[in-house]
Amino acid sequence: MAETGRLRQAAVAAPALSPVTLLRIAIILTVLAVWEFLSHSGWLYRDVVPSLLSIGRALIDLVLSGEYYFHLGVTAGEIGAALAIGGLSALVVGILLGANRFLSRAFESYIYYLGPTPKIIFFPIMIMWFGVGPESKIALGSLSCFFPVALSVAAGMRGIDKVLIRVGNSFRANTWQMVVKIYLPAMRHPIINGIRLGLGVALIGTLLAETKLSNKGVGFLIIQAYSIFDMPRMYAMLIVLFVLAIGANALVGRLGGLHDIKRL
Amino acid sequence: MTAAAPARRARSGNFAAAAVGLGSLAAFLLAVELLIQTGVISRFIVPPPSEILGSFGRVIVEEDIFHRFLLTMSECLTASVMLTVFGVAGGVLMHRFKLLQQACETWVAAMASAPLVLMYPLFLVVFGRNAWTIIMMGFIAALPPVILKTIEGIAGTRKVLVNVGRSFNLSPTQQFWKILFPAALPTIFVGVRLGLIFALINIVGVEFLINFGGLGQLINELAERYDLAGTYAAICFVILVSVLFFMALEKAERWLRPVD
Repeated sequence: MAETGRLRQAAVAAPALSPVTLLRIAIILTVLAVWEFLSHSGWLYRDVVPSLLSIGRALIDLVLSGEYYFHLGVTAGEIGAALAIGGLSALVVGILLGANRFLSRAFESYIYYLGPTPKIIFFPIMIMWFGVGPESKIALGSLSCFFPVALSVAAGMRGIDKVLIRVGNSFRANTWQMVVKIYLPAMRHPIINGIRLGLGVALIGTLLAETKLSNKGVGFLIIQAYSIFDMPRMYAMLIVLFVLAIGANALVGRLGGLHDIKRL
Repeated sequence: MTAAAPARRARSGNFAAAAVGLGSLAAFLLAVELLIQTGVISRFIVPPPSEILGSFGRVIVEEDIFHRFLLTMSECLTASVMLTVFGVAGGVLMHRFKLLQQACETWVAAMASAPLVLMYPLFLVVFGRNAWTIIMMGFIAALPPVILKTIEGIAGTRKVLVNVGRSFNLSPTQQFWKILFPAALPTIFVGVRLGLIFALINIVGVEFLINFGGLGQLINELAERYDLAGTYAAICFVILVSVLFFMALEKAERWLRPVD
C-alpha cells in the first residue's frame, strides 16, 4: 500500500516532459526557425537553403515514388552483396589470422595499415576489372568492408576463452566443428561489431561509387538531383539516407546485443 | 642466459614472419607479372608490376606530385586545426553543461554512423567547387569522434585527481586547466587521431570525386587519360602516404601515452 502510494506520488511529481526532452525540442525548433529565416532572407543563393515546406513536399514525393524504391532496392542489393562477399572472406581471413600467431605476425600488419586508407580511389581499377555496372560498386563495397571485419574477427578470435578451446579439443572436434561450435559462438560480439563497422564503410563505398559513375541506385539519384539543381529533392534524399543508415547501424548493434560494448 | 633465450626466439620468429609477409607480397607481384607477360591477364586491364614501378618516376616528375601532396596536406592541416578547435571545444562544452550532453550526445553518436561524406554534392552547391568544399567535408565527417572522445576523456578523469584539485580549493577554471584537461589529453588525442584519419580519407575521396585539388584528383585525371600504369602508381603513392600518416599518428599517440 505504502509502495503504491509512493509510486503514485512519483508519477504525479514527474513533469510531463523531462528537461532533456524540452532542450531537444528547443534545439530542433531553433534550428528549424533559423533555417526557415535563412531560406527567406535572400542572403544565400536561391534554393541553397530551400524552405522547410519545399523539403517536406520533396520528402513526401520521394517516399511515395515507386522509382525511388527501385533505386533503393538496387543500392540495398549492392550493399548486401558487398557485405556478404567482403564479410565472408574477412571472416575466413580473420579466423586464420586469429588462430595462427605466425600468420598474424606475417600478414596482419598489412591489413591493419591498409584498413584506414581511402578505398574510393580504387574505383577506377574496379571499373576496369568489373565494368561500369553494379559489379564495380559491389567490388568497392566488399573491399571497404573487408578490413574492419577481418581485424575485428582476428582480435575476437584471440580473445576467445582458452577453456572453451580446450573443451573443443577434449571432445576431439574437427576444424569445422571447432569453427561452428566454438569459435563463431564465442566471438559473436566482435563479429557483429565488425559487421556494424563493415556495413558503415560498405554503404559509404557503394554510394560514393554510385555518385561517381552509375545509372541506377540512390547515389545516382543524389548526383542527378545535384546536376539539375533540385535542392529540395537532394535534401530529402539525404535525410532518408541518413535515417536508414543510422537505423541499420542501430539494428545491427541491437541484434548483436552490443549495448555493453563501447563505441570506437 | 636462460631468460634471453625466449626473447631471442621471439625476435627470430618475428623476423621470419616479416620475411614470409614480404616474400608472399613479392611472390604475388611476380606471379601477376608472369601471368600478364604470358597473356593470361590482359595488360590493358592490369599493367605489369614492372611497368607500374617504372612509371613512379614519371608520375612524380611530370604530374608535380610534390605540389599535389602539399595541397592535400594543407587541406588536411586546415581541417585538423578546425577539427581540434571545434571538436574539443564541443566536447568540453557538452561536459560542462550536463543537460546539453544528455540531449545531444546520442545525436553526435548517430552522426558518427551516418554516411556524412554523401553530403559532398550539397557542399559543392554551398561552397562551390574549391578547396573549402573538400576541407569542410573532411571536417564535418571527422568531427563526431573528436567530440565523443573529449567527453569520454574528461568524464574518465580519476576521482583522486579531481579530489586533489578540490583539496587545493581550485576554481572551476583552474580545476579544468590544471586537472581535467591534462588528465583527458591522451584520450582526446585518440579522438583527434581518429578524426585526422577520417579527415584524410574523406579529403582524398572528395578530391577524387569532384576532380579538384591534390592527390585524389591526380588518380582521377590519370584514370580519365587511361594511363593505367600511372593510375596504379598514383594509387600506390596515395596508399603509401595514408599508411605513413597513420603510422606517424600512432607514434605520436604512443609518445603521448607512454603507459596505458
